[in-house]
Amino acid sequence: MHQPNTRPLTQSLLKETASQTAGPYVHIGLALDIAGLPPREEEIWNRLASDDARGERIELVGRVIDGNGDTVRDALLEAWQADADGEYQCRFDLQAPFNSFGRTAATVENDGEWTFSTVKPGAVALPDGRKMAPHVNLAVFARGVNVQLHTRLYFDDERDANDACPILNSVESPTRRRTLIAIREEAGEQRRYRFDIRLQGEGETVFFDF
Amino acid sequence: MPSNDNKHYVPRDRNWHPPAHAPGYKTTVARSPRQALVSLLSPTVSERAGPDFTRLRMGPHDNDLLLNFREDPALAGSAGLPIGERVIMFGRVVDQFGKPVPHTLVEMWQANAGGRYRHKKDRYLAPLDPNFGGVGRCLTDESGWYRFRTVKPGPYPWPNDVNSWRPAHIHVSVMGPSISTRLVTQMYFEGDPLIPLCPIVNTLRDPEAVETMIGRLDMANSRSMDCLAYRFDLVVRGELQTYFENQG
Ligand SMILES: [Fe+3]
Repeated sequence: MHQPNTRPLTQSLLKETASQTAGPYVHIGLALDIAGLPPREEEIWNRLASDDARGERIELVGRVIDGNGDTVRDALLEAWQADADGEYQCRFDLQAPFNSFGRTAATVENDGEWTFSTVKPGAVALPDGRKMAPHVNLAVFARGVNVQLHTRLYFDDERDANDACPILNSVESPTRRRTLIAIREEAGEQRRYRFDIRLQGEGETVFFDF
Repeated sequence: MPSNDNKHYVPRDRNWHPPAHAPGYKTTVARSPRQALVSLLSPTVSERAGPDFTRLRMGPHDNDLLLNFREDPALAGSAGLPIGERVIMFGRVVDQFGKPVPHTLVEMWQANAGGRYRHKKDRYLAPLDPNFGGVGRCLTDESGWYRFRTVKPGPYPWPNDVNSWRPAHIHVSVMGPSISTRLVTQMYFEGDPLIPLCPIVNTLRDPEAVETMIGRLDMANSRSMDCLAYRFDLVVRGELQTYFENQG
Protein backbone atom coordinates (compact mmCIF):
# COMPACT_ATOMS: atom_id res chain seq x y z
CA MET A 1 0.00 0.00 0.00
CA HIS A 2 1.19 3.46 -0.90
CA GLN A 3 0.66 6.47 1.30
CA PRO A 4 -1.91 8.65 -0.44
CA ASN A 5 0.63 11.44 -0.85
CA THR A 6 3.22 9.19 -2.41
CA ARG A 7 0.98 7.56 -4.97
CA PRO A 8 2.03 8.18 -8.55
CA LEU A 9 -0.10 10.90 -10.09
CA THR A 10 -1.75 8.53 -12.52
CA GLN A 11 -3.38 6.62 -9.67
CA SER A 12 -5.10 9.70 -8.30
CA LEU A 13 -6.65 10.49 -11.66
CA LEU A 14 -10.13 9.43 -12.62
CA LYS A 15 -10.12 6.96 -15.45
CA GLU A 16 -11.35 8.25 -18.78
CA THR A 17 -14.70 6.87 -19.89
CA ALA A 18 -13.83 3.99 -22.22
CA SER A 19 -14.27 4.46 -25.95
CA GLN A 20 -16.61 2.32 -28.06
CA THR A 21 -17.14 2.15 -31.80
CA ALA A 22 -19.46 4.75 -33.27
CA GLY A 23 -21.12 1.83 -35.07
CA PRO A 24 -22.86 1.59 -38.44
CA TYR A 25 -25.61 4.03 -37.53
CA VAL A 26 -23.39 6.93 -36.42
CA HIS A 27 -25.16 9.12 -38.97
CA ILE A 28 -28.36 9.20 -36.92
CA GLY A 29 -26.46 11.13 -34.29
CA LEU A 30 -23.78 13.04 -36.19
CA ALA A 31 -24.86 13.19 -39.85
CA LEU A 32 -28.67 13.25 -39.85
CA ASP A 33 -29.12 13.83 -43.55
CA ILE A 34 -27.14 10.68 -44.37
CA ALA A 35 -29.37 8.61 -42.06
CA GLY A 36 -32.46 10.10 -43.73
CA LEU A 37 -33.49 12.21 -40.74
CA PRO A 38 -34.83 15.77 -41.03
CA PRO A 39 -32.28 18.50 -40.22
CA ARG A 40 -32.46 20.45 -36.97
CA GLU A 41 -32.11 24.19 -36.69
CA GLU A 42 -28.37 24.08 -37.37
CA GLU A 43 -26.25 21.11 -38.34
CA ILE A 44 -22.48 20.67 -38.34
CA TRP A 45 -21.47 19.58 -41.84
CA ASN A 46 -18.83 19.56 -44.55
CA ARG A 47 -18.77 23.15 -45.78
CA LEU A 48 -16.16 24.85 -43.63
CA ALA A 49 -15.90 27.96 -45.80
CA SER A 50 -18.58 30.16 -47.35
CA ASP A 51 -17.94 32.23 -50.48
CA ASP A 52 -16.92 35.16 -48.25
CA ALA A 53 -14.13 33.24 -46.55
CA ARG A 54 -10.62 34.58 -47.06
CA GLY A 55 -8.22 32.30 -48.89
CA GLU A 56 -8.09 29.87 -51.73
CA ARG A 57 -11.21 27.75 -52.03
CA ILE A 58 -10.49 24.05 -52.27
CA GLU A 59 -12.25 20.74 -52.10
CA LEU A 60 -10.91 17.73 -50.24
CA VAL A 61 -12.05 14.30 -51.38
CA GLY A 62 -11.09 10.75 -50.61
CA ARG A 63 -12.00 7.29 -49.52
CA VAL A 64 -11.40 5.20 -46.47
CA ILE A 65 -10.02 1.79 -47.50
CA ASP A 66 -9.86 -1.30 -45.31
CA GLY A 67 -7.25 -4.05 -45.05
CA ASN A 68 -8.84 -6.01 -47.90
CA GLY A 69 -8.56 -3.04 -50.23
CA ASP A 70 -12.29 -2.43 -50.08
CA THR A 71 -13.84 1.00 -49.71
CA VAL A 72 -15.42 1.64 -46.32
CA ARG A 73 -18.94 2.94 -46.88
CA ASP A 74 -20.01 3.81 -43.35
CA ALA A 75 -17.23 6.05 -42.03
CA LEU A 76 -17.70 9.47 -40.49
CA LEU A 77 -14.84 11.98 -40.61
CA GLU A 78 -14.21 15.12 -38.62
CA ALA A 79 -11.95 17.89 -39.91
CA TRP A 80 -10.15 20.49 -37.83
CA GLN A 81 -8.03 23.03 -39.65
CA ALA A 82 -6.64 26.55 -39.44
CA ASP A 83 -7.98 29.36 -41.62
CA ALA A 84 -6.04 30.85 -44.53
CA ASP A 85 -3.97 32.89 -42.04
CA GLY A 86 -2.94 29.83 -40.04
CA GLU A 87 -5.27 30.58 -37.12
CA TYR A 88 -7.80 28.17 -35.64
CA GLN A 89 -11.27 29.67 -35.45
CA CYS A 90 -12.44 27.89 -32.34
CA ARG A 91 -15.80 29.58 -31.94
CA PHE A 92 -18.03 27.47 -34.18
CA ASP A 93 -20.56 29.79 -35.78
CA LEU A 94 -22.49 28.95 -38.94
CA GLN A 95 -22.95 32.68 -39.56
CA ALA A 96 -19.18 33.13 -39.79
CA PRO A 97 -17.51 32.86 -43.22
CA PHE A 98 -15.13 30.15 -42.01
CA ASN A 99 -15.24 27.42 -39.37
CA SER A 100 -12.29 25.30 -38.38
CA PHE A 101 -14.49 22.26 -37.67
CA GLY A 102 -16.60 20.12 -39.99
CA ARG A 103 -17.95 16.64 -40.55
CA THR A 104 -18.44 14.46 -43.60
CA ALA A 105 -19.31 10.85 -44.36
CA ALA A 106 -18.33 8.12 -46.77
CA THR A 107 -21.53 6.27 -47.67
CA VAL A 108 -23.00 3.79 -50.11
CA GLU A 109 -24.75 6.69 -51.88
CA ASN A 110 -21.54 8.56 -52.64
CA ASP A 111 -19.70 5.33 -53.40
CA GLY A 112 -17.58 5.79 -50.32
CA GLU A 113 -16.17 9.16 -51.37
CA TRP A 114 -16.25 11.84 -48.70
CA THR A 115 -15.79 15.54 -49.44
CA PHE A 116 -15.04 18.75 -47.58
CA SER A 117 -15.48 22.18 -49.08
CA THR A 118 -13.04 24.58 -47.45
CA VAL A 119 -10.13 26.96 -47.97
CA LYS A 120 -6.51 25.98 -47.98
CA PRO A 121 -5.20 26.40 -44.44
CA GLY A 122 -2.24 28.66 -43.77
CA ALA A 123 0.93 27.46 -42.07
CA VAL A 124 0.45 27.27 -38.31
CA ALA A 125 3.17 28.81 -36.14
CA LEU A 126 4.70 26.93 -33.23
CA PRO A 127 5.73 28.76 -30.05
CA ASP A 128 9.40 28.46 -31.01
CA GLY A 129 8.80 30.30 -34.28
CA ARG A 130 8.96 27.29 -36.56
CA LYS A 131 5.97 26.64 -38.77
CA MET A 132 3.94 23.57 -39.46
CA ALA A 133 3.13 23.05 -43.12
CA PRO A 134 -0.51 23.68 -44.04
CA HIS A 135 -2.53 20.69 -42.89
CA VAL A 136 -5.99 19.48 -41.98
CA ASN A 137 -6.44 17.26 -38.92
CA LEU A 138 -8.80 14.38 -39.64
CA ALA A 139 -10.46 11.93 -37.26
CA VAL A 140 -12.03 8.72 -38.59
CA PHE A 141 -14.98 7.07 -36.84
CA ALA A 142 -16.57 3.87 -38.13
CA ARG A 143 -18.03 0.51 -37.35
CA GLY A 144 -15.09 -1.70 -36.41
CA VAL A 145 -13.00 1.28 -35.26
CA ASN A 146 -12.93 1.11 -31.46
CA VAL A 147 -11.21 4.45 -30.87
CA GLN A 148 -11.24 7.15 -33.54
CA LEU A 149 -8.11 7.35 -35.66
CA HIS A 150 -6.35 10.70 -35.97
CA THR A 151 -4.38 11.61 -39.05
CA ARG A 152 -3.23 14.76 -40.87
CA LEU A 153 -3.77 15.73 -44.48
CA TYR A 154 -0.89 17.71 -46.04
CA PHE A 155 -0.73 19.17 -49.57
CA ASP A 156 1.53 17.93 -52.37
CA ASP A 157 2.06 21.45 -53.73
CA GLU A 158 3.63 22.62 -50.44
CA ARG A 159 6.88 20.75 -50.88
CA ASP A 160 9.21 23.13 -49.09
CA ALA A 161 6.86 23.66 -46.19
CA ASN A 162 6.29 19.90 -45.92
CA ASP A 163 10.04 19.22 -45.91
CA ALA A 164 10.42 21.64 -42.99
CA CYS A 165 7.36 20.59 -41.00
CA PRO A 166 8.42 19.28 -37.58
CA ILE A 167 5.34 17.10 -37.22
CA LEU A 168 5.63 15.54 -40.64
CA ASN A 169 9.28 14.87 -39.85
CA SER A 170 8.36 13.14 -36.61
CA VAL A 171 7.26 10.29 -38.87
CA GLU A 172 10.54 8.50 -39.29
CA SER A 173 9.86 6.59 -42.48
CA PRO A 174 9.77 8.72 -45.66
CA THR A 175 7.56 6.08 -47.25
CA ARG A 176 5.04 6.38 -44.46
CA ARG A 177 5.27 10.19 -44.50
CA ARG A 178 3.96 10.10 -48.06
CA THR A 179 0.70 8.58 -46.82
CA LEU A 180 -0.09 12.00 -45.32
CA ILE A 181 0.16 13.94 -48.58
CA ALA A 182 -2.99 14.75 -50.54
CA ILE A 183 -2.60 14.87 -54.31
CA ARG A 184 -3.82 17.86 -56.28
CA GLU A 185 -6.23 17.10 -59.12
CA GLU A 186 -7.49 19.29 -61.89
CA ALA A 187 -11.23 19.56 -61.56
CA GLY A 188 -12.23 22.47 -63.78
CA GLU A 189 -12.47 25.71 -61.82
CA GLN A 190 -12.33 23.98 -58.48
CA ARG A 191 -8.98 23.09 -56.96
CA ARG A 192 -9.28 19.63 -55.52
CA TYR A 193 -7.02 17.43 -53.41
CA ARG A 194 -7.44 13.69 -53.09
CA PHE A 195 -6.59 11.91 -49.86
CA ASP A 196 -7.28 8.22 -49.43
CA ILE A 197 -7.05 6.85 -45.91
CA ARG A 198 -5.80 3.26 -45.75
CA LEU A 199 -6.71 1.71 -42.43
CA GLN A 200 -4.46 -1.31 -42.77
CA GLY A 201 -1.85 -3.02 -44.89
CA GLU A 202 0.05 -1.71 -47.87
CA GLY A 203 0.31 2.05 -47.82
CA GLU A 204 -1.29 2.17 -44.39
CA THR A 205 -1.94 5.78 -43.41
CA VAL A 206 -0.01 7.21 -40.48
CA PHE A 207 -2.26 7.64 -37.44
CA PHE A 208 -1.19 9.74 -34.51
CA ASP A 209 -1.44 9.41 -30.77
CA PHE A 210 -1.43 12.73 -28.92
CA MET B 1 -8.10 31.86 -29.59
CA PRO B 2 -5.75 30.50 -28.10
CA SER B 3 -6.99 30.05 -24.67
CA ASN B 4 -6.26 26.41 -25.32
CA ASP B 5 -2.76 27.07 -26.55
CA ASN B 6 -1.18 26.64 -23.17
CA LYS B 7 -3.08 23.52 -22.23
CA HIS B 8 -2.25 19.96 -22.82
CA TYR B 9 -3.84 16.73 -21.74
CA VAL B 10 -3.05 13.68 -19.70
CA PRO B 11 -1.93 11.04 -22.22
CA ARG B 12 -4.62 8.62 -23.28
CA ASP B 13 -4.13 5.20 -21.66
CA ARG B 14 -4.29 3.02 -24.75
CA ASN B 15 -4.45 -0.14 -22.63
CA TRP B 16 -7.58 1.08 -20.92
CA HIS B 17 -9.41 1.74 -24.17
CA PRO B 18 -10.19 -1.16 -26.48
CA PRO B 19 -7.37 -2.19 -28.85
CA ALA B 20 -7.89 -1.43 -32.54
CA HIS B 21 -7.55 -5.14 -33.37
CA ALA B 22 -10.08 -7.04 -31.25
CA PRO B 23 -10.95 -10.19 -33.23
CA GLY B 24 -13.99 -11.05 -31.06
CA TYR B 25 -15.59 -8.04 -32.75
CA LYS B 26 -14.99 -9.24 -36.28
CA THR B 27 -15.24 -5.94 -38.15
CA THR B 28 -12.13 -4.69 -36.35
CA VAL B 29 -9.99 -7.30 -38.09
CA ALA B 30 -9.81 -5.54 -41.47
CA ARG B 31 -10.23 -2.04 -40.06
CA SER B 32 -7.41 -1.92 -37.52
CA PRO B 33 -4.02 -0.41 -38.33
CA ARG B 34 -1.08 -2.83 -38.19
CA GLN B 35 1.51 -0.10 -37.79
CA ALA B 36 2.09 1.56 -34.44
CA LEU B 37 0.48 4.94 -33.83
CA VAL B 38 3.00 7.77 -34.20
CA SER B 39 3.20 9.55 -30.85
CA LEU B 40 3.40 13.32 -30.92
CA LEU B 41 5.74 14.03 -28.04
CA SER B 42 4.85 17.71 -28.02
CA PRO B 43 1.30 18.18 -29.19
CA THR B 44 0.82 21.47 -31.02
CA VAL B 45 -2.02 23.95 -31.15
CA SER B 46 -3.55 21.69 -33.82
CA GLU B 47 -4.15 19.04 -31.16
CA ARG B 48 -4.60 21.26 -28.13
CA ALA B 49 -7.35 23.47 -29.48
CA GLY B 50 -10.85 22.42 -30.40
CA PRO B 51 -14.25 23.76 -31.43
CA ASP B 52 -16.47 25.67 -29.02
CA PHE B 53 -20.14 25.10 -29.83
CA THR B 54 -21.76 27.74 -27.62
CA ARG B 55 -23.01 29.55 -30.75
CA LEU B 56 -24.49 26.46 -32.38
CA ARG B 57 -28.20 27.21 -32.51
CA MET B 58 -30.32 24.37 -31.25
CA GLY B 59 -34.02 23.71 -31.29
CA PRO B 60 -36.02 23.71 -28.05
CA HIS B 61 -36.46 19.92 -28.08
CA ASP B 62 -33.04 18.84 -29.31
CA ASN B 63 -32.41 17.05 -26.00
CA ASP B 64 -35.93 15.67 -25.67
CA LEU B 65 -36.40 12.54 -27.77
CA LEU B 66 -39.94 12.15 -26.49
CA LEU B 67 -40.88 15.30 -28.39
CA ASN B 68 -38.30 16.02 -31.05
CA PHE B 69 -39.65 13.69 -33.72
CA ARG B 70 -43.28 14.45 -33.03
CA GLU B 71 -45.09 15.98 -35.99
CA ASP B 72 -46.61 18.62 -33.76
CA PRO B 73 -44.80 19.19 -30.46
CA ALA B 74 -47.82 21.09 -29.19
CA LEU B 75 -50.01 17.94 -29.29
CA ALA B 76 -51.75 17.42 -25.97
CA GLY B 77 -51.32 14.45 -23.64
CA SER B 78 -49.77 11.24 -24.83
CA ALA B 79 -50.84 11.68 -28.46
CA GLY B 80 -47.81 11.31 -30.66
CA LEU B 81 -45.43 10.09 -27.96
CA PRO B 82 -43.03 7.23 -28.67
CA ILE B 83 -43.66 3.74 -27.27
CA GLY B 84 -41.32 2.51 -24.55
CA GLU B 85 -40.07 3.07 -21.03
CA ARG B 86 -39.71 6.78 -20.42
CA VAL B 87 -36.28 7.59 -19.05
CA ILE B 88 -34.16 10.56 -18.15
CA MET B 89 -30.50 10.11 -19.01
CA PHE B 90 -28.34 12.66 -17.28
CA GLY B 91 -24.92 13.20 -15.86
CA ARG B 92 -21.92 15.35 -15.65
CA VAL B 93 -18.98 15.78 -17.97
CA VAL B 94 -15.82 16.10 -15.89
CA ASP B 95 -12.15 15.73 -16.67
CA GLN B 96 -9.79 13.25 -15.04
CA PHE B 97 -9.13 15.71 -12.21
CA GLY B 98 -12.86 15.93 -11.50
CA LYS B 99 -13.08 19.41 -12.99
CA PRO B 100 -16.46 20.03 -14.68
CA VAL B 101 -16.42 20.64 -18.43
CA PRO B 102 -18.95 23.41 -19.07
CA HIS B 103 -20.65 24.27 -22.39
CA THR B 104 -19.39 21.25 -24.22
CA LEU B 105 -21.38 19.46 -26.90
CA VAL B 106 -22.90 16.11 -25.93
CA GLU B 107 -24.64 14.20 -28.72
CA MET B 108 -26.46 10.87 -28.52
CA TRP B 109 -28.31 8.45 -30.77
CA GLN B 110 -30.12 5.21 -30.20
CA ALA B 111 -32.55 2.54 -31.40
CA ASN B 112 -36.24 2.73 -30.48
CA ALA B 113 -37.85 0.57 -27.79
CA GLY B 114 -38.01 -2.35 -30.22
CA GLY B 115 -34.29 -2.18 -31.05
CA ARG B 116 -34.74 -0.60 -34.49
CA TYR B 117 -32.79 2.42 -35.70
CA ARG B 118 -34.31 5.11 -37.86
CA HIS B 119 -31.57 4.72 -40.44
CA LYS B 120 -31.89 3.90 -44.14
CA LYS B 121 -29.59 0.95 -43.64
CA ASP B 122 -31.26 -0.71 -40.64
CA ARG B 123 -33.32 -3.63 -41.93
CA TYR B 124 -34.12 -5.29 -38.59
CA LEU B 125 -37.67 -6.66 -38.58
CA ALA B 126 -38.72 -4.73 -35.45
CA PRO B 127 -40.95 -1.81 -36.48
CA LEU B 128 -40.03 1.84 -36.68
CA ASP B 129 -41.86 4.02 -34.20
CA PRO B 130 -43.58 6.85 -36.10
CA ASN B 131 -42.99 9.16 -33.14
CA PHE B 132 -39.35 8.41 -32.48
CA GLY B 133 -36.29 9.71 -34.31
CA GLY B 134 -33.54 8.61 -31.93
CA VAL B 135 -31.17 11.58 -31.88
CA GLY B 136 -30.42 14.19 -29.23
CA ARG B 137 -27.86 16.86 -28.44
CA CYS B 138 -27.23 19.54 -25.85
CA LEU B 139 -24.49 21.63 -24.32
CA THR B 140 -23.44 20.97 -20.74
CA ASP B 141 -24.33 23.76 -18.32
CA GLU B 142 -21.97 25.90 -16.25
CA SER B 143 -21.21 22.94 -13.97
CA GLY B 144 -20.86 20.30 -16.66
CA TRP B 145 -24.34 18.78 -16.40
CA TYR B 146 -26.27 17.44 -19.39
CA ARG B 147 -29.73 15.90 -19.61
CA PHE B 148 -31.81 14.01 -22.16
CA ARG B 149 -35.33 12.64 -22.04
CA THR B 150 -35.97 9.55 -24.13
CA VAL B 151 -37.25 5.98 -24.12
CA LYS B 152 -35.08 3.04 -23.17
CA PRO B 153 -33.75 1.45 -26.38
CA GLY B 154 -34.34 -2.24 -27.03
CA PRO B 155 -31.54 -4.78 -27.55
CA TYR B 156 -31.03 -5.89 -31.14
CA PRO B 157 -29.35 -8.75 -32.98
CA TRP B 158 -26.39 -8.10 -35.26
CA PRO B 159 -24.18 -10.20 -37.48
CA ASN B 160 -21.00 -11.15 -35.67
CA ASP B 161 -21.22 -14.54 -33.98
CA VAL B 162 -24.18 -16.60 -35.15
CA ASN B 163 -26.35 -15.14 -32.41
CA SER B 164 -24.89 -11.86 -31.17
CA TRP B 165 -27.11 -9.28 -29.48
CA ARG B 166 -26.29 -5.75 -28.51
CA PRO B 167 -27.33 -4.92 -24.94
CA ALA B 168 -29.64 -1.92 -24.69
CA HIS B 169 -27.34 1.05 -25.29
CA ILE B 170 -27.25 4.71 -26.16
CA HIS B 171 -24.38 5.98 -28.32
CA VAL B 172 -22.79 9.07 -26.78
CA SER B 173 -20.39 11.58 -28.31
CA VAL B 174 -18.65 14.31 -26.34
CA MET B 175 -16.25 16.94 -27.59
CA GLY B 176 -14.58 18.28 -24.45
CA PRO B 177 -12.30 21.32 -24.62
CA SER B 178 -10.03 20.04 -27.41
CA ILE B 179 -9.93 17.56 -30.24
CA SER B 180 -7.58 15.67 -27.90
CA THR B 181 -10.46 15.02 -25.52
CA ARG B 182 -12.86 13.87 -28.26
CA LEU B 183 -14.65 10.74 -27.12
CA VAL B 184 -17.35 8.49 -28.58
CA THR B 185 -18.71 5.77 -26.33
CA GLN B 186 -21.90 3.91 -25.48
CA MET B 187 -23.97 3.92 -22.31
CA TYR B 188 -25.28 0.56 -21.14
CA PHE B 189 -28.00 0.04 -18.56
CA GLU B 190 -27.11 -1.24 -15.12
CA GLY B 191 -28.00 -4.89 -14.62
CA ASP B 192 -28.52 -5.82 -18.28
CA PRO B 193 -27.59 -9.53 -18.63
CA LEU B 194 -26.54 -8.97 -22.24
CA ILE B 195 -23.64 -6.70 -21.26
CA PRO B 196 -21.12 -9.47 -20.45
CA LEU B 197 -22.12 -11.36 -23.61
CA CYS B 198 -21.51 -8.50 -26.01
CA PRO B 199 -18.47 -8.77 -28.33
CA ILE B 200 -18.23 -4.96 -28.54
CA VAL B 201 -18.26 -4.52 -24.76
CA ASN B 202 -15.72 -7.33 -24.59
CA THR B 203 -13.24 -5.44 -26.74
CA LEU B 204 -12.29 -3.91 -23.37
CA ARG B 205 -9.79 -5.94 -21.40
CA ASP B 206 -10.36 -4.40 -17.98
CA PRO B 207 -13.71 -5.04 -16.24
CA GLU B 208 -13.28 -1.68 -14.51
CA ALA B 209 -13.21 0.03 -17.88
CA VAL B 210 -16.59 -1.57 -18.66
CA GLU B 211 -17.92 -0.04 -15.44
CA THR B 212 -17.24 3.45 -16.84
CA MET B 213 -19.87 2.80 -19.52
CA ILE B 214 -22.73 1.75 -17.24
CA GLY B 215 -25.60 4.14 -16.64
CA ARG B 216 -26.81 3.75 -13.05
CA LEU B 217 -30.44 3.66 -12.04
CA ASP B 218 -30.97 6.81 -9.96
CA MET B 219 -34.28 6.64 -8.08
CA ALA B 220 -33.71 9.99 -6.40
CA ASN B 221 -33.79 11.73 -9.78
CA SER B 222 -36.61 9.61 -11.18
CA ARG B 223 -39.96 11.33 -11.52
CA SER B 224 -42.93 9.83 -9.77
CA MET B 225 -45.63 8.56 -12.15
CA ASP B 226 -43.47 9.70 -15.08
CA CYS B 227 -40.00 8.31 -15.77
CA LEU B 228 -36.98 6.52 -14.37
CA ALA B 229 -33.58 8.21 -14.37
CA TYR B 230 -30.19 6.81 -15.34
CA ARG B 231 -27.07 8.69 -14.40
CA PHE B 232 -24.11 8.54 -16.72
CA ASP B 233 -21.08 10.68 -15.96
CA LEU B 234 -18.53 11.15 -18.69
CA VAL B 235 -14.85 11.52 -17.84
CA VAL B 236 -12.67 13.12 -20.51
CA ARG B 237 -8.90 13.55 -20.49
CA GLY B 238 -7.51 15.76 -17.76
CA GLU B 239 -6.35 19.23 -18.66
CA LEU B 240 -2.86 20.32 -17.63
CA GLN B 241 -1.30 23.76 -17.87
CA THR B 242 1.97 24.25 -19.66
CA TYR B 243 3.97 26.82 -17.77
CA PHE B 244 7.20 26.59 -19.74
CA GLU B 245 6.84 26.23 -23.44
CA ASN B 246 10.48 26.17 -24.48
CA GLN B 247 12.99 23.77 -23.11
CA GLY B 248 16.06 25.65 -24.29
FE1 LIG C 1 -26.01 0.71 -31.64
